[in-house]
Amino acid sequence: MSLLALENLTFSYPGRAAVLTGITAAALGPEVIAIAGPNGAGKSTLLDLLSGQRRPESGTCRLQGRDAHQIGREELCRLVAHVPQMIPGDVPFTVEEVILTGRIPYGRGLYENEDDHAAMELAIERTRLNDFRDRRFSKLSGGEKQRVLVAAALCQQAPILLLDEPSAHLDPENEAQLWELFRALRDCGHLILVVTHHLALAAQNADRVWLLDRGQLAADGPPCDAMRPADLERVFHVPFHWHRSAEGRVFLTYGR
Amino acid sequence: MADDLRSRARWVLFASLLAAAVTAAVCPFLGGSGMDYGKLWRQESPDWNIFVNLRMPRTLLALLTGAALSGAGTLFQALLRDALATPSTLGVSAAASLGAVTAIAFYPAEETAFPLVWLSALAGAAAVIGLVIALGHLRRFSSFTLLLTGIAVNGICTSLVLLLHSLAGITRSFQITHWLIGGVDAIEYPVLGLLALVLIPVFIWMLRLSRVLNVISYGETWAAGRGVDFRKVTWQGFAAGALLVGGTTAVTGPIAFVGLLVPHLLRRIVGPDYRLLMPASLFGGGAFLVICDTISRSAFAPLEIPVGVTTALLGGPFFVWLLWSR
Repeated sequence: MSLLALENLTFSYPGRAAVLTGITAAALGPEVIAIAGPNGAGKSTLLDLLSGQRRPESGTCRLQGRDAHQIGREELCRLVAHVPQMIPGDVPFTVEEVILTGRIPYGRGLYENEDDHAAMELAIERTRLNDFRDRRFSKLSGGEKQRVLVAAALCQQAPILLLDEPSAHLDPENEAQLWELFRALRDCGHLILVVTHHLALAAQNADRVWLLDRGQLAADGPPCDAMRPADLERVFHVPFHWHRSAEGRVFLTYGR
Repeated sequence: MADDLRSRARWVLFASLLAAAVTAAVCPFLGGSGMDYGKLWRQESPDWNIFVNLRMPRTLLALLTGAALSGAGTLFQALLRDALATPSTLGVSAAASLGAVTAIAFYPAEETAFPLVWLSALAGAAAVIGLVIALGHLRRFSSFTLLLTGIAVNGICTSLVLLLHSLAGITRSFQITHWLIGGVDAIEYPVLGLLALVLIPVFIWMLRLSRVLNVISYGETWAAGRGVDFRKVTWQGFAAGALLVGGTTAVTGPIAFVGLLVPHLLRRIVGPDYRLLMPASLFGGGAFLVICDTISRSAFAPLEIPVGVTTALLGGPFFVWLLWSR
C-alpha cells in the first residue's frame, strides 16, 4: 500500500483555468521528493490538496490507502504536516510555544500533556533549536524561523511532511543543514515533499523529483532522469547543464 | 513547562477572580450618599433598599458588562489578528445601538422596556455579523478588509442613529440621548438574571476556546494545517462577540474603551497566551467597569456622570501611556 497516491488529480480556482491537470504519482515509502517547476506551475496548490486544505475538482489523493477528503480534519493533520512558506512574523509566542502548536491535532484540552512535551523535545533536538527555545519567534532571523516551523511540523509526528519553499530565506549553511535534516527524517521513516526553486540542491539531495509544468507532471523520477537538461530547458526556458567533479560528485547549473 | 503554565494560569485566574470579587463586594458600599451601616445591618429602609435594589444590581450589571466588553475585545483582537480591534470593530456596537435606538424611536414609550430594546439591539448586532458571514461565504476576505468594512458599517449606523434622533419627537429624542450617553443604571434582578444566562455560557465557550485562539494568531494557513477550522472558529467567534456586545449594549448603551484598554493592559501583565489573557480579561474587565461606575457616581455626588465618560477619561490617557511606554 502506498503512503501517498495521487490519481488523476485536477484542480482549478473558481472561474479560472485548471491549475493542476491529471496528476498521477505515488510514494510507496519514506523518501525525499523535491517538487520543482516554474512560478505558477501549481506546486503550492498541490501541497494544499495533499494537506486537505483544498478539495480536488476530480481525481483522488490517497494517504495510506484512504481518500484524504474522507479523513477528519484532526486525523488528517496526524498523517500530514504542512509547513507554508511563512507565517506572520509578528507572532508573539516563544519558540517552544510555536512548536507546541503541532500538538493541536492530538487534543483540544486547554493544556499540553506529557506526550506533547516529549514530542516537542524530540523536535527541538532534531532541529537543533535548544539554544532558541525560550526566545520570541518574532525576534528570530528568517532562517531560524523556518527551522522552528519545521520543528513544529515534526512535533505533529505525521509520517508525511509537506514543505513549501522552506529554504527560501536561508543562507547556504542553513540551507544545506535543512536538506541534511530532510534526509535524516527520511531515514527515520518520514515521507518528505519539498517545493523548491533550488534545483541544484534538489538534484543533490532529493531521492526523486516531481517536475511540474503548467499544472501537469512533466517528469517523475530520480534527479538524473527527471531533470534532464532538455526537459528542464523546455520547462524553465533557460539551458541547464550537468557537471561531474573530479571527486565524482554531480552538479546541476543553469544559464547561458 | 506544562506545570509552569498550569500554575501561572491558576494564579492569573485566582488574582483576577479576587479582583472582581473584591470590587463587587466593596464598591456597593461606596458612593456619593453615605450609608448608615447600622440600618444596613438591620435591613432597614432606606439604606437596605438602596443597597439591595439599586447598588447591588448596578454593580453586578457593571461586572457582567465589563467582562463582556473586555472579553469581546480580546476575542476580536485574536480573530482579526489586530491589536486595535474592539467590540466596535465590524460595526457590531454601532449596529446594536441602531437597533436599540430604532426601538426607542418607533414604539410607544411603555413598550420600549427591556425586552424590545434588547431584542432590537441583538437583532442589529446579529444583522451585521450575518452580513459579514454571508459575504465571507461568497469570497475570502482579509482581516484588513473586514476592519475597513467595520469602519464603513460604523459610519452608516451612526448616521442612521443621528437621522432617527433628528426625526424623533422631543420626548423620544431625550430618551435616545439618555440611552446613547451610556451608563450602568440600576436594573431589575430578573433582567440581570436573563443577561447572565446569555453571557455566562459565551464566557465559558471563550475560555474553552483559548488554546485554539492562540493558533489563530498564526494565520489561516498555519491554523488549518494544525487541524483548526479557521473559518468556522472565526464565524462562531463573531457570533459570540455579537451576543456579548448586542446583549450588553442594549442594557447599558455604548460604553467606550473597556474592550481596548483592559486587554492591552492585561496582555502586558500576563502575556499573549489566551489561556491566561482570556480569564484575566473577563474578570479584569468586570472589575474595571465596577470601579469606573463607582467613580462615576461618587466623583461629583450627588450628580452622576455617565460611566462611558469615566472609562474614556481614565482609559484614554492610560492607553496612550501604554502605547508610548513600549
